Amino acid sequence: MNFFLQLFINGISIGFLYGLSAMGFVMIFKSSSVLNFAHGELLALGAFFFLAMLTWVKLPVVVAFLATLAACFILGFIIERFFLRPLIGEPLIYVIMLTVGLASMFKGIMLLFWGGNLQTYPDFLPAFLGIEWHVINIPPVYTAALIIGIMFLILFGLFFKYSSQGIFMRSVADNQKAALSLGVHVQRVFALSWAIAALVAGMSGIVLGIINGINVHDLSAIGLKVFPVVILGGLDSIGGAIIGGLIIGLLETFTGGYISPSLSDVVPYVILVIILMVKPYGLFGLAEIERV
Amino acid sequence: MTDTTILEINNISVVYSDVIQVLKGVSLVVKRKSITSLIGSNGAGKTTTLKAISGLLKPENGRVTDGTISYDGAAIQNHAPEVITRKGIIQVLEGRQPFKYLTVEENLIVGTAVRWREPYKKDLEMVYNYFPAIVRRRKMLAGYCSGGELQMIVMGRALMAHPALLLLDEPSLGLAPMVVREIFEIIKKINAEQGTSIVLVEQNANMALQISDYGYVMENGKVVMEGAARNLVENPDIKEFYLGMGASGVLKSYDDVKSYRRRKRWL
Ligand SMILES: Nc1ncnc2c1ncn2[C@@H]1O[C@H](COP(=O)(O)OP(=O)(O)OP(=O)(O)O)[C@@H](O)[C@H]1O
Ligand SMILES: [Mg+2]
Repeated sequence: MNFFLQLFINGISIGFLYGLSAMGFVMIFKSSSVLNFAHGELLALGAFFFLAMLTWVKLPVVVAFLATLAACFILGFIIERFFLRPLIGEPLIYVIMLTVGLASMFKGIMLLFWGGNLQTYPDFLPAFLGIEWHVINIPPVYTAALIIGIMFLILFGLFFKYSSQGIFMRSVADNQKAALSLGVHVQRVFALSWAIAALVAGMSGIVLGIINGINVHDLSAIGLKVFPVVILGGLDSIGGAIIGGLIIGLLETFTGGYISPSLSDVVPYVILVIILMVKPYGLFGLAEIERV
Repeated sequence: MTDTTILEINNISVVYSDVIQVLKGVSLVVKRKSITSLIGSNGAGKTTTLKAISGLLKPENGRVTDGTISYDGAAIQNHAPEVITRKGIIQVLEGRQPFKYLTVEENLIVGTAVRWREPYKKDLEMVYNYFPAIVRRRKMLAGYCSGGELQMIVMGRALMAHPALLLLDEPSLGLAPMVVREIFEIIKKINAEQGTSIVLVEQNANMALQISDYGYVMENGKVVMEGAARNLVENPDIKEFYLGMGASGVLKSYDDVKSYRRRKRWL
């Protein structure tokens, strides 16, 4: 039972990270219909940038974390402005291929600077974040992941629900033509989606880097988990992305804990295929409102 | 152009995808604070004319290839919608197009995009005053509202932008006669109280001309007739073709009228 509880908490923490980065992916898709194949590389870039801030620039942890988030946010803007915007009006497949190209480019840059070996962050999380209770032993990083995950979720929830910019972003996802007719800067909304997506991906990259170590290939591969997550959650649902993330996170940790760690990467996909066979639009795909 | 004129379209041609010519030399003038109707059969080019004004041709791969559109004395043809909306021209699209997954009030808030960061509480109140029917729907997803409510939402959200020139594309489409009357009364009221100049595209020519000052009739991408609205209502040709009446002025039998009822095309 205690083992179960421990796996459960680990799974939820990881699941939040998956869910949040999937949320970024879904945001880009909802506003501009672009599938971002460079999502995993954005995750890895965040992790490496944080490493550089810590070990090369030697910034204090909190400052390095905030600097990384800011850098990722700006990177998102730059990607939209310089790579995607020139392709506006071209067939969508070109834009998607462009993200595949970006992925290789980013990967190349990271390999150039950091090589392909596994690196680790210096140990900086305070021990009091860990939970030890009877046989339950939750390392600090999982607690930290949980806290950060929930914080981001609330922050973005409030942003999308109540801020004007958040409402404009949802309006573009909902009906782009109508948004244009009211003077919403659709281009700016695309850029903001990319910026937020990159920021959240970078954040997830850092935390996953603390858990698993930092390696270009591993982190990029984790980024690809957004696919099962968003397909499970329904490509067009932000809330679904979070729940999809939690499910995949839990499946993974339970498989790793009860069956075999080597299966933990496979089982989620197997279950994914089964779910898709039953519910092709994902568990939480938006039910189309057909009244209009 | 005098300053009693807010919009002047001078002999424009519009082409979609570089090959499909839809407007062939359309000219029209909109007086400040007036209501101007644009009537004509399906495919005449009414919607295209509105889109040429609002800049919404662009995302559909359409372009004004000839002629000028001047608004407040400045040329605006082929400008981006982000720019044109900020000059005070807002188009209410044909077929309503709410943001289905946003609440009614959020739909209205999107209307403040052209003046983002300014307070809008007073404007919400103003809109709810014009459209009391949607007050109790405020927190509901727009996708679940009725056709009449949706028309109020999309007009209300346009009002949130404080337009100087409002382009309404078939507000009466598919609504019950009572609701149509209500909508037209509100249009008239907005025009009178806010001083908004309005271009009204309608199939319901009779109702439109009733509240308009001036009217244009389009056919095949051209303006074929224009005049003061009260003269157009009396014009025998208009009666025959657009008001569903014989030249004698009496309403024809239902079967005759039916041929003028619209069938919606999707392009
Ligand atoms: N995006 C487009 N690409 C190509 N042709 C178009 C496009 N939009 C409209 N057209 C064509 O332009 C012509 C005029 O269309 P428009 O929508 O302006 O007519 P309308 O007067 O508004 O008709 P309705 O009363 O049916 O709304 C039609 O023949 C239509 O097929
Ligand atoms: Mg039309």
